[in-house]
Amino acid sequence: MEKSGDSGAEASAGSKAPHLITVTFRIRRFNPELSADAVWEDFTLEIDPKDRVLDALHKIKWELDGTLTFRRSCAHGICGSDAMRINGRNRLACKTLIKDITTVKDGRSAKPITIEAIKGLTVLKDLVVDMEPFFQAYRDVMPFLVTTGNEPTRERYQSDADRARFDDTTKCILCAACTSSCPVFWNDGQYFGPAAIVNAHRFIFDSRDEAGEQRLEILNDKDGVWRCRTTFNCTDACPRGIEVTKAIQEVKRALITRRF
Amino acid sequence: MKIHKYDTVIVGAGGAGMRAAIESTKRSRTAVLTKLYPTRSHTGAAQGGMAAALANVEEDNWEWHTFDTIKGGDYLVDQDAAEILAKEAIDSVLDLERMGLPFNRTPNGTIDQRRFGGHSRNHGEAPVRRSCYAADRTGHMILQTLYQNCVKEGVEFYNEFYVLDLLMNETDGIRKTAGVVAYELATGEIHVFQAKAVVFASGGNGKFFKVSSNAHTLTGDGQAAAFRRGLPLEDMEFFQFHPTGIWKMGILLTEGARGEGGILRNKDGERFMEKYAPVMKDLASRDVVSRAIYTEIREGRGCGADKDHVFLDLTHLPPEQLDAKLPDITEFARTYLGIEPYTDPVPIQPTAHYAMGGMPTNVQGQVLSDNDTPVPGLYAAGEVACVSVHGANRLGTNSLLDINVFGRRAGIAAADYASTSDFVELPENPAAFVEGEVENLRDATGNERVVEIRRALQECMDKNVMVFRTEQTLKEAVEEIGELRKRYRAISVQDKGKRFNTDLLEAIELGNLLDLAEVTAVSALARKESRGGHYREDYPNRDDVNFMRHTMAYREVGDDGTESIRLDYKPVVQTRYQPMERKY
Repeated sequence: MEKSGDSGAEASAGSKAPHLITVTFRIRRFNPELSADAVWEDFTLEIDPKDRVLDALHKIKWELDGTLTFRRSCAHGICGSDAMRINGRNRLACKTLIKDITTVKDGRSAKPITIEAIKGLTVLKDLVVDMEPFFQAYRDVMPFLVTTGNEPTRERYQSDADRARFDDTTKCILCAACTSSCPVFWNDGQYFGPAAIVNAHRFIFDSRDEAGEQRLEILNDKDGVWRCRTTFNCTDACPRGIEVTKAIQEVKRALITRRF
Repeated sequence: MKIHKYDTVIVGAGGAGMRAAIESTKRSRTAVLTKLYPTRSHTGAAQGGMAAALANVEEDNWEWHTFDTIKGGDYLVDQDAAEILAKEAIDSVLDLERMGLPFNRTPNGTIDQRRFGGHSRNHGEAPVRRSCYAADRTGHMILQTLYQNCVKEGVEFYNEFYVLDLLMNETDGIRKTAGVVAYELATGEIHVFQAKAVVFASGGNGKFFKVSSNAHTLTGDGQAAAFRRGLPLEDMEFFQFHPTGIWKMGILLTEGARGEGGILRNKDGERFMEKYAPVMKDLASRDVVSRAIYTEIREGRGCGADKDHVFLDLTHLPPEQLDAKLPDITEFARTYLGIEPYTDPVPIQPTAHYAMGGMPTNVQGQVLSDNDTPVPGLYAAGEVACVSVHGANRLGTNSLLDINVFGRRAGIAAADYASTSDFVELPENPAAFVEGEVENLRDATGNERVVEIRRALQECMDKNVMVFRTEQTLKEAVEEIGELRKRYRAISVQDKGKRFNTDLLEAIELGNLLDLAEVTAVSALARKESRGGHYREDYPNRDDVNFMRHTMAYREVGDDGTESIRLDYKPVVQTRYQPMERKY
């Protein structure tokens, strides 16, 4: 099935504004209200190569097919709503520019850009997946500061070096790009997955926290950190540049040495 | 239709909603209804920091902070509320630290602080370090920390439940809160939540502008629902334009960039803020800086081929400092503009950012039905509310503060009210209005499209209701919005399904934006003076004799069904600060 933007039919490269290029987006559609099967659908647009993939999705939704369904909110890579599989790699649609994922020849993209839902979580409609198992794994690692004793009157002290120890993992926006890029998670949804481990790391290595041992025990489980096969997919997928695999390795090492 | 019963219902799960939920869950059976997963809320996009006179790095006190807030708001601030904001700021920051928030630290391990626009030592002498921060993702860390603590406290969330109506019912001759009606996005099902207390914390409405730092989802749903039910909206003409949005896109680049030493420059490389604010320079308040930028552009000193932007220059700052203190915004410049901020200035323009106005509340977070009567059981906090601590212009870092101070207050007050009150009987057919709206939209066959009306609205607002306003532009806006509202009645959506119908959702959101845009333009037209974020070229001075008062807008429905907006006014609470001329 093919639908085209702007002038209705596919515009020729000569008639459009010079900065625009013609791109076909091949989107994995699924709507159980209509059919039990998912299908690929093509949409061809004239679009500014500096636009985001999210801009293209909006153009399709607003001008061609209002039923196209995806989550988004902030549109600049902070809210974590729009993780999707773009050309086979997990990315945020709002942080991916068309020009960075396509080769242009004669004013057209050489190949279609494919967009599908992230893997390993149940697809509910088009690009929308069930996030509940993902957030459940997050909740299971005790993702909050645990302290004992009396509350200090002022702030707890923390040195710059102690603060830096877990800085990287505080950047997580819970978009699920890492977890849903992990082959272990695809095969077995019981695995906690990288994002939950990243958030455990954020507290295990926080000098103020006192529940590191408990979190390590949770992650020592058969579905815990030992399932990680160090494929680095998660690190490649993280839109926040977190060294996810390194964080997982640090948790593994802490489990062996019991030092953190 | 499903009916649920909770003591307290909180609408929205950004900073204010979750701060309220942490308190109210400890005290009453609470449900949080949120259009988005909590961690998707736009609190997470706030960057620069949260103000509190901790005095960790230099002398400071909450009285100076109170003064700066009142002056920043061009004296339209209710001074009793500003005092509470500044005083409780200190505990609010310390509470967050104890909840786990990873603030940046000073060499001796305390919370570090940096400069921010409009925050000064000793009543305007010089900039002061008052903003507590976590790199340039302070909002992200606040949102994450509050969510983490909601998980810890076992807060009950209804994710992707979109609240479309506020239920009230008359008992003992008083209109009291009965609950809310929500649309479940996943299934299309309508849910009625009966509640003794309701807290609106549903955020702002900045998506009626085109160049905006706001998320797509910030469509004023709470304000619009309250307004439809006859409750007033206060000071809606006051909208903040943040000076440094990414050129054309509007993505926020924190004021913290200037707090760290960044400088605004025009096409000649001139540090033009020296002309407009000799003391605070680039760290003057946001309304002042945004007007200065547009003045430079209008007088032909803008940058680029179209001279339509200016530069934020960070090139004199060491790359290590940018990496440590401003990693996200430098990344935005690289991602969206292909510009390396180490070596090249970043093109910026003012971007629609924050609604100072909203549902009027008192300092306990109770929503008012007129100038001073609270609606029993109804509360609001955060950007949806107008306490008013921001007056005519909010200071940077005071919104992350506002959501924590007044989110907490509203959560406690709502839960306390719920534990000492009875349920109010639901009105007859409580879901009728929402069911009707949803069915009408889903079945509509008109030929108007959401995208076209929304685009026209945003272009109209950018053209007529932005930084500079006149009688003529505002009249044009009122007229055009009226036309768009008529066209809106003939819209149809393509998605007729029940499951995740975001097409339908966007249509409802557009209806809310249209209602609120009209209130904004009508309120602005009537305010024939310039104050804070509201600048009238035809009335360039502040007029304390006639306009030292809050606007209160009410929706009126005539006997024949015609709708109109009635404006009333409310006095400003002044305690110890007499209005002075505002200079930075």
